[in-house]
Amino acid sequence: MAYAAGVDVGSTQTKAVVINETREIVGRALTDTGANVMRAAESAFHEALTNGGISEEEVEFVVGTGYGRYKVTFGNTQVTEISCHARGSVHMFPRTRTVLDMGGQDTKAIRVQPTGEIVDFCMNDKCAAGTGRFLGAAAVALDLPIADLGPTALRGERAVKISTTCTVFAESEVLSWLGKGKKIEDILLGVHESIAARSIGLLRRVGIEEEVTFTGGVTKNEAMVETLNKRLGLKVNVGEGAHYMGALGAALFALDRIVAARAPAAKGAA
Amino acid sequence: MTDATKEAGIVGRGNEAGARLFREWFQGLNAAAEENRGAAYVFVMGSLCELLRVFDFPIVFPEINSLQTAVRRVAHEYLNEAENYGYSPDICGYVKADVATQLRRGAHPMGRIPKPALAVCTNACNTYIKWGEIWERMHHMPLFTLDIPGSRGAGLASPRGSEDFERDRKYVEAQLRELIVLCERVSGKRFDIDRLRQHLGWANELNQGWHRVLELNRSRPAVFNALSDGTIYLGVANGFRGAPEGGAFFRDLVEEMTHKADRGIGTPIEEQWRLIFVGVPCYPIFRRFSELFSDWGGVFVNSTYLWFASGGANLGFTYDLARPIESLSEGVLLGVRDAMDSMFFQTQALAQMIDDYAVDGVVYHPIKSCRTVSTGLADTRRALMAVRDVPSLFVESDMMDRRVVSEAQMKNRIDAFFEGLASRRHQAAASTG
Repeated sequence: MAYAAGVDVGSTQTKAVVINETREIVGRALTDTGANVMRAAESAFHEALTNGGISEEEVEFVVGTGYGRYKVTFGNTQVTEISCHARGSVHMFPRTRTVLDMGGQDTKAIRVQPTGEIVDFCMNDKCAAGTGRFLGAAAVALDLPIADLGPTALRGERAVKISTTCTVFAESEVLSWLGKGKKIEDILLGVHESIAARSIGLLRRVGIEEEVTFTGGVTKNEAMVETLNKRLGLKVNVGEGAHYMGALGAALFALDRIVAARAPAAKGAA
Repeated sequence: MTDATKEAGIVGRGNEAGARLFREWFQGLNAAAEENRGAAYVFVMGSLCELLRVFDFPIVFPEINSLQTAVRRVAHEYLNEAENYGYSPDICGYVKADVATQLRRGAHPMGRIPKPALAVCTNACNTYIKWGEIWERMHHMPLFTLDIPGSRGAGLASPRGSEDFERDRKYVEAQLRELIVLCERVSGKRFDIDRLRQHLGWANELNQGWHRVLELNRSRPAVFNALSDGTIYLGVANGFRGAPEGGAFFRDLVEEMTHKADRGIGTPIEEQWRLIFVGVPCYPIFRRFSELFSDWGGVFVNSTYLWFASGGANLGFTYDLARPIESLSEGVLLGVRDAMDSMFFQTQALAQMIDDYAVDGVVYHPIKSCRTVSTGLADTRRALMAVRDVPSLFVESDMMDRRVVSEAQMKNRIDAFFEGLASRRHQAAASTG
């Protein structure tokens, strides 16, 4: 049995996925990226191998993705996370036509064909507004753990209007609302509404076509999922492994290479 | 002479000659500044160099001066100086780099720039007029604005010879005659129509050459990269318009490109993808920006830049030397109208370009500090995608300001674009067996 692996080195966290020839996930792992990107990639990869009970020698091809993809020095090639999130999403949810990936520092809207081919994509520009970092800034301002943001926001009843589009200024705006006596729950609900609005703006630029699959680290935030569903008027797909979607897509590209290499007359893959 | 020797002498000489001419041009400007001679300040969309050379004005293109500060990686110093003076970060980077150049009494990385004796602009860009007003206040010299009638709508340009066209042409001609009087007054020289004929003749060579060079890039592989090489040729097309060096350069360039096309010689990279570029290049990282595409085998075979910034040379218009002023007014009308069409009615022309040049993808590069060329790009992209099934990329940065240029983000988008092109080609090959 041959195995393929994908390592997604994101700005905040690094994810690794190992799959077998039948495209089943056999091992996966997640670690904070930190300052040493190469070490984070190696650490996530080896932990995924350990979790799957697989030796490194059994992995025939590794694809690196994410901003740190060129730091996956043990990898065989690199593919952008845009292609990888699209590929992983169509694999997990075959009726996916639109993907929203919300990560630590960027948010991507991707429109795909049934084959997984990208029709169009767009991302936030030069600024982390509308990304996970925006939530991080709110957590700092409110002195709350990240994991508490979603549940707290879900208790909100009257969302305050967060008008700034700048992550840095969002912190001071949150503090000013606290100073005016607004409830933390309502402020957080407003933060979620603000991020969802910006993300939906990106989705509209590529064209929203159902089904919509939501990927990336922010998928773990229930309030964000609910806010997106409400504003989009549909139910976004959120898989249990949504956080790993980029790494999964990378592993699927790696498996393509293995299959292509075995074909009698390799035609060359993407 | 053997074929190999001939090839060694021909291939690449356009780039070398272009760089040499550029240096010589700025050396000439430096000398004019040292002699305290006033220059004619002009713009790429309708420079009227053919006419201004009759009065021996040194020709200054402030847009080219400004982009050169970015190519030479000092634009931030100039932008900061203008912003410290009071200009907003949102204002055109070309304007701000020029304002700083004026504040520095013409000090520029390529030599001193002479101060303006007069400025000539068209209505092709609204910023041109406000920019010219800055010089009026700084240097107390005249700004002459030519009002060029544009197309009435997409595909609704009045055809040559029609009553509408003749009315527009006469309107331009009347303005040119006013400009001639102004040039006589500023330069102290009498207008000489035979000299105008001579300069129009050299401009004819340049126009026809540029038109032919663009046509030759339909070859597969393309004979030059419209983004990297093309920008050098474009600089010559502007700076030496109406000059003998300009005519000779394009005569030689046609010979070089024909030689390459006949022998299947392309650019130094192995051509995988034929692309069109829409917008203005990212000059703060000009070489790297080009490499982000060429590393994937992407070659730009044409661009809207080589169209709207060539002063109408792309049309290959030939002036009638028997009626110089009338013919100049016709050429200016057609050239500037065409430049405006490239911004406002580009969809059909891009669709035609895709067909003529066998294009695989279109790259849109809106720039933060130029709303004139960037406004509407999102709409025109959608319109183009509706009429041609060709993938496109939308990647935003700036032509001057490196503060809004993020190479990592740019590379991510460009890489994903090429991955999509490769996937598309792979699937097309698979579906045809």
